[in-house]
Order: sequence, then C-alpha cells, then structure tokens
Amino acid sequence: MSASIIAEDLVKTYGAHREVRALDGLSLTVHEGTVLSLLGPNGSGKTTTVRILATLLRPDSGKAHVAGIDVVKNPQQVREIIGLSGQYAAVDETLTGWDNLIMFGRLYHLSSRGAKARAEELLEKFSLTDAAKRPIKTYSGGMRRRLDLAASLIVKPKVLFLDEPTTGLDPRGRQEMWEVINELVKGGVTLLLTTQYLEEADQLADEIVVIDHGHVIAQGTADSLKREVGGERLELSVPFENLAEARGIVERLTNSVATHDPQMHKISVAAPGGTSTLVEALRQFDAVGIQPLDIALKRPSLDDVFLALTGHVAEEKEEEVSGQSKRGKR
Amino acid sequence: MRDALVITKRQLLQLLRVPEVLIFSTIQPVMFVLLFRYVFGGAINTPGVDYVQLLMPGIFVQTVAFTVASTALGLAEDMQKGLIDRFRSLPITRSAVVVGRTLGDATLNVVVLIVMALTGLLVGWRPSSSLVEIFAGFLFLLIFGYAMSWMGVLVGLSVRDSRVANSAVFLFVFPMTFLSNAFAPTTGMPRPLQYVAEWNPVSTMVAGVRDLFGLEPMFGATANSFPSQNPLMMSLIYMGLLMAIFIPLSVRKYKNVTPK
Ligand SMILES: Nc1ncnc2c1ncn2[C@@H]1O[C@H](COP(=O)(O)OP(=O)(O)OP(=O)(O)O)[C@@H](O)[C@H]1O
Ligand SMILES: [Mg+2]
Repeated sequence: MSASIIAEDLVKTYGAHREVRALDGLSLTVHEGTVLSLLGPNGSGKTTTVRILATLLRPDSGKAHVAGIDVVKNPQQVREIIGLSGQYAAVDETLTGWDNLIMFGRLYHLSSRGAKARAEELLEKFSLTDAAKRPIKTYSGGMRRRLDLAASLIVKPKVLFLDEPTTGLDPRGRQEMWEVINELVKGGVTLLLTTQYLEEADQLADEIVVIDHGHVIAQGTADSLKREVGGERLELSVPFENLAEARGIVERLTNSVATHDPQMHKISVAAPGGTSTLVEALRQFDAVGIQPLDIALKRPSLDDVFLALTGHVAEEKEEEVSGQSKRGKR
Repeated sequence: MRDALVITKRQLLQLLRVPEVLIFSTIQPVMFVLLFRYVFGGAINTPGVDYVQLLMPGIFVQTVAFTVASTALGLAEDMQKGLIDRFRSLPITRSAVVVGRTLGDATLNVVVLIVMALTGLLVGWRPSSSLVEIFAGFLFLLIFGYAMSWMGVLVGLSVRDSRVANSAVFLFVFPMTFLSNAFAPTTGMPRPLQYVAEWNPVSTMVAGVRDLFGLEPMFGATANSFPSQNPLMMSLIYMGLLMAIFIPLSVRKYKNVTPK
C-alpha cells in the first residue's frame, strides 16, 4: 500500500502581519485507496489544508505531494487527477444541474458527447435525474451537495477531497451522502474528508487525524481514538427519590464511578458494554420499580474527544487569538 | 481558448435561464437615451446640430464603459459562491475563466448596442457617414468595452464581494462618464475640469465615435490639445494601455486569489 497524499510540516499564515497561523506544522499521510478523515473544530485549519493539497493555495513552508506529484511545483498535473468538493457547494445557481455537469465536463475536456453521457450517468447515480432540468436555486441543500459532489467526479479522480460534505444536511441527507461516499470508496478512490463530527469520521474513515490550531493532536482509527476518550457513556435521569439507588445500580453494573448533576437529576457513567449495559440497567430498574425519566447511550462527541485530548473545550473562532497563546504551554 | 469559450457559453446560458438580466441591462441604456433626448436635451444648447446626433455616441460610450461594472460584479459573485475556487482546481488554462468572462461581457455589449442603436433610430438619430465608418465606430465601442472589462476583472477579484464591487465601480465610472463631453459641452466647466475632461478616455472615445458617425468631433474639445485633435488615436492608445496594464495584473491576480 503506497502513500497517495503526503503533507509534511505545512505552515500557512494569513493576514498582513501573518498573525493568523492557520497551519502550524501539519503533517499527514493518506494511503492509496483509503479514507482519511481530518477532524477538527471551526477554525482549526481543515479548509486550509484541503486548499493547499488541491493546489488552490500555496503553503508558506512545508511540502505536499498528491500521487507523487508536488502540489506547489506541478499544480496543473495534480489538477488532472483530483476531484474537489469544497465546504460550500460551488455550482452555478442560475443554471440547471444538467448545464452545470455539461460545463464541468467540457472543462475537463470531454467531448460534447462524452460530457452528455457522463452527466446522465452521474445524475442517475446521485438520484438527480428528475431535477436535472431545474435551476440549482430550486434544489434542497442535500441535492445541491450531491450535485457538487457529482461535478467533482466527472473524470473519475484518483484522489478526492471533500470539505465537510455533510455540514448543514439533515439526518436523511447525511445518511444519503454517507452511502454515496461509501460507494465511491468501494470504487477505489483515495479520499481525504474533513468533518466536525466524530460520528461521521467513524462511519467513513479508515484513519482519523484530529487537528486543532493547525496541527495534529491525535491520530488513529476510530476505535483507538474512542478508547482514548473512554468510549460510550450511559446517561439517565430519574426521579429525585430514586437517585441514590439508581446510581448504585449503574455503578455496580459498569464497575466504575458515576458522575451526577444534582440540578438535572442526571447520572452519567462510562458504559463499555454499550447496549447490553443499557438493557441490563433497565431490567434491574424494573425489578426494583424505578422508572427512569430518560435513559440513553451517548457516543463520545467531538467535544469529548477534545476535552480528553487537549484538556480544553473546542474553541470558537472568536477566541482564536487567545487560543494561539495558550497553545505554547501545551 | 476552448476552455474560455466554455465559460463564455456558460454566461450566455445564464442569460437564457434568467432573461430578466438581459432585459434590465438593455432597459437601462434605452431609458438613458429617452431621458437625455426628451428631458435634458431641450435644455442643452448645441448650435448647428441636433442634440440627439451628439448624444447617441455619448450614451454608447457610457454604456460600454460600464462593462467594467458587469465584469466586476460577475466575477465577485463567482468568487463569493466558491465557483472560482472550483474552476481553479480544474486542469484548465489559467486565463480561461477571466478571458471567457470578458468575452461573454463583450457579447452582451453587442446585444445592448444593437438595441440602443434601434432605439436611437426611433428617436431621430441618423448617422451621416458611410456604412463602413459606422461599422468601424461600433467596433471601436466594442473594443473599448472589452478593455474596460479587464479593469473589471481586477476589481472583481480584488474586492471579492458583489455589493462592494458594484459600489466601488459606480463611484469611479459615474464621474468618469459625466466629467466628459458625452452629454454636454465641456466649455461650461471650470477651467481645471476642462483639462481633465479633455484627457478623459471617455471624451476621446466620444469624440472619435462622433467623427466616425460623420459629426464634427469638436463638441466639447476646448483647446488644440493632442487628445482633441486626434481623438481616435488617443482612444487607441488608452485602450492599449488599459489592456497592457490590466490583462497581466488580472491574470496574475486570478492565479493567487483567495476567497474571503
Ligand atoms: N482568507 C483568510 N484570511 C485570513 N484568515 C483566514 C483566511 N482563511 C482562513 N483564515 C483563518 O485561518 C484559520 C483556519 O481556517 P480554516 O478555514 O482552514 O478552518 P476550518 O477548520 O476549515 O474551519 P471551519 O470548520 O469553520 O470551516 C482560522 O482561524 C481562520 O479564521
Ligand atoms: Mg472549513
């Protein structure tokens, strides 16, 4: 298995005085035919990384190769083999889906015939045939996103970059997108995808790279990261009078100490057993007559990963500057 | 070049899909013709020649000068929507997108000029020169519009926001077209402004086109200066300069542009 995308020590600063260090020595490797997910909060440098690898932006320093080609020295060759679908669907809104695909097909130097055939094929594949002759303006967010993805697949790229492909989609749209992506991956494409959701990385990626403030803070498979974070938790709330008893039950069951939030009457405990722990807890509650108000298994969120990995909560963009200075101490 | 034509075609297709854009971009100059012809025309004194004969070349030049606005707006919009990013990730010639855009705007100018000329004929405009000269006059207008379009490329890619692009361009092109001989003789202006008006590319273009349409080019020329003596040559120099400056700057800008 050879490396298909290699980034070494990428640095990129923005601003007149280079005051924003968007990438601060980022390195990553994606092996051919695998999926790597770049996971990070807002402003962590995901888009910047994708833009550099897709030849849209030159790094201040560092090197990057896609399929063995240097992205800075031979960008045009890189463009021949990549597909890019940016963070916001970038298609011509006034034109129809069909028009857009034909235009991009022609720009990829397909013949008029070839462009039409490919457009038909892609519209079919992304269930957009019925909407083909409608302007993109009338598309839903999910349809727009799918068309955008279709446009990046016109020449069957070897390497595909997807920047937050499901942000802004409803659960169904997200599910559909995941299916489409899984399909692509089966076809052998090398994929780098960015996301803010651990769950998404979990679904799609072979390997996950977590970044914050422009550099890698953790990497591994979804399982290894979750283990690091502590896996699933069982969360429940019960009537006040049952609190102590319920807590005792779940602690015995999971063999670990529960935390409890007195205001919400909420108990939370690590549940490595997952659903079987949940079922067992419910059975025992039933036996002693406790009726939980709410009970659920919670997967670790990106916030939990962050908390576990960095000791601080993922920061918003506005706090970027103070975040920069904090980083030095880590 | 083939890539550029795909981009041009896309722009023309947009006009088909949203014909309102084309309608409004022709209504505006037509309205100008009517306003100046019937509202201000009566108040502007032009001895020896019908005002509408002088007015039409002025309005033609003003209209093509505003190509800078449509180009800037179109590119700023593409920039905002992320389309430029996508185009830049494709294996196409670096200049294709901007060349395609300027050609598209030039095509639009052809349509607009035809509609305006027809309106002009309806309200009494009668060019008195030969057909060849009239044709040359329109060719001149198109090339001037094309040169201005390249300025629009740089503006559009630099401001990256369609609203800003629009107001920035208007702030600059409006005074430029009015501080000229296009609508009224420059002799009524304060002396320093007369010099500005005389050297203004819009004035040399207007004078040149009037010449080609068979009128005395003098209207507005205040002195025996080079631009008023050789308006056509001066206009050619201006067009050459515009393109020599803005084409390389625009293409370079496109290569390195980043969205906001
Ligand atoms: N053109 C720009 N000019 C100035 N600063 C920028 C520019 N683009 C990005 N930045 C800054 O660089 C940092 C990284 O931005 P980037 O867009 O790569 O983050 P991201 O991980 O994609 O965030 P998001 O999840 O919000 O898309 C941020 O602090 C951002 O404000
Ligand atoms: Mg981003």
